[in-house]
Amino acid sequence: MRMAFVLGEIGSGIRRNLSMVVSVILVTFVSLTFVGAAGLLQMQINQMKGYWYDRVQVAVFLCVDNDVSPSCASGAVTDEQRSAIETKLNSAEFEQYIDTVHFEDQATALGHFREQFANSPIVDSVTADQLPETFRVSLVDPEKYEVINEAFSSMPGVESVSDQRELLEKVFSFMNIASLVALIIAVLMLVCAILLIATTIRLSAFSRRRETGIMRLVGASKAVIQLPFVLEGVIAALIGAVLASGTLWAVAHFFIGMLARQYPATAFISAREVLLLSPILLILGTLLAGVSSLLTLRRYIKV
Amino acid sequence: MITFDNVTKVYDRNSRPALNSVSLDVDRGEFVFLVGASGSGKSTLIRLVLKEEHATRGTVYVAGSNVAKIPSWRVPRLRRGIGVVFQDFRLLPNKTVFANVAFAMQVIGRSRAVIRDSVPEVLKTVGLEGKDNRLPHELSGGEQQRVAIARAIVNRPGILLADEPTGNLDPTTSLGIMKVLDRINQNGTTVVMATHDHDIVNAMRKRVIELRNGKVVRDEREGIYLATAMQPVVPAAGTENPAADSNDAAAGDALRQGSPAGSEVSE
Repeated sequence: MRMAFVLGEIGSGIRRNLSMVVSVILVTFVSLTFVGAAGLLQMQINQMKGYWYDRVQVAVFLCVDNDVSPSCASGAVTDEQRSAIETKLNSAEFEQYIDTVHFEDQATALGHFREQFANSPIVDSVTADQLPETFRVSLVDPEKYEVINEAFSSMPGVESVSDQRELLEKVFSFMNIASLVALIIAVLMLVCAILLIATTIRLSAFSRRRETGIMRLVGASKAVIQLPFVLEGVIAALIGAVLASGTLWAVAHFFIGMLARQYPATAFISAREVLLLSPILLILGTLLAGVSSLLTLRRYIKV
Repeated sequence: MITFDNVTKVYDRNSRPALNSVSLDVDRGEFVFLVGASGSGKSTLIRLVLKEEHATRGTVYVAGSNVAKIPSWRVPRLRRGIGVVFQDFRLLPNKTVFANVAFAMQVIGRSRAVIRDSVPEVLKTVGLEGKDNRLPHELSGGEQQRVAIARAIVNRPGILLADEPTGNLDPTTSLGIMKVLDRINQNGTTVVMATHDHDIVNAMRKRVIELRNGKVVRDEREGIYLATAMQPVVPAAGTENPAADSNDAAAGDALRQGSPAGSEVSE
């Protein structure tokens, strides 16, 4: 009976304040979508880091014919130079730093190049002898790149030593900034959502002050008086959170799905990650509305 | 049922106390008029009983328990034992008579079956049979006050507090309301009614507690309330019924004839 009564009160409250309730739904929807977007970006970054850090290596590029870099003034790498480098890479001195060494000849390099730039017209103009032979070195600790760089970059026949992680760091830092921006927008929108919920509850409490006054007089408990207001806010926020989850799922499913088909080599998060994220959004929405409406009620409804 | 032990209530340090060392006892089943001019402390006394205000000094006991010691989560229980009626009725305009009375039962979790039984019964007690489905604006002032009384007593409180329940009604209608309150009192409910309507007080011949400037100046069984006894609260304000000159013998007649001295606002 009491539950039916509370539900009826919520219904009439929502009907009376429909426009405010709709605005609460929209604001929580947008803010939680940004929270979720920031979360998904972080998940994507982590996934890519995990994927790439295992694969990314230090590349020791060897000189090719007509190389313009100053370290290759003596022309293409000779067989002796190559084997000297290889011996040094496999020596006991570097065993503690190096996990595996893998030699990539020019034909393999061309194959990788073609794969990577499959959609670009540049593919047709590149030939195998333009691409350098490479020792792909994976490190035990990727942070120890400098040791390898110092030891090998000055060896004859080496064009350059590059840490491919640096390239990725740029991508990751860009994605980090994007997720930070999304988070800042999310925080601003959440502040809006909290203030809007507080205002809505205040209006709702004002428009029902006659009822609450009588409830107080006849001895209704604090819960029965306040619950309809709190639930009104919580329901609106929950609807917003559900919409946000749905939107994120749709984005993950269609947009990221499309990206994943275009870049099969990259590890993308899937719509499954949204399923992990949406309970957090629902809880966040509920807490947001519940706490802000309780705080507001403490000021505007005397019990 | 209600005991005030040296109760003082100060709203604001700079002005005189609203109640000043008031001590009184209302027994179970009594009918008490609380009389005095506006600002004499009647409403403050009622608010203290409901724990809407806290006594600055002294102790208020309601149904045996010290009101100051009731924790806030138990206050609803205190209020379930007290019905309240106001001068301005305070009905919900969008609810029918039945729904207004039922509201008081719904919010404390009474079952639908109990509500279906109790509401018509209490509407009969206040003399509103057959008006269940009227909306408040379709009723006269007296009928609206009867609905308010029905709502106040539907949960069978031990105490009924009425703060100038006839203040907005004409004398004839007031008499009807007084009959209802008297009947409720006969059924065992303690009734405390604040009023400055001396015609009603004189006609009923019940216990009268008179407050003036926050002090009890008179407490009589079967008392009367003389208009001449009224003193201005603030010397410049003047009395509320300067023309009133009724005495004990004329009071009953005045009530029946509808003397304008008896009412502030007529419908």
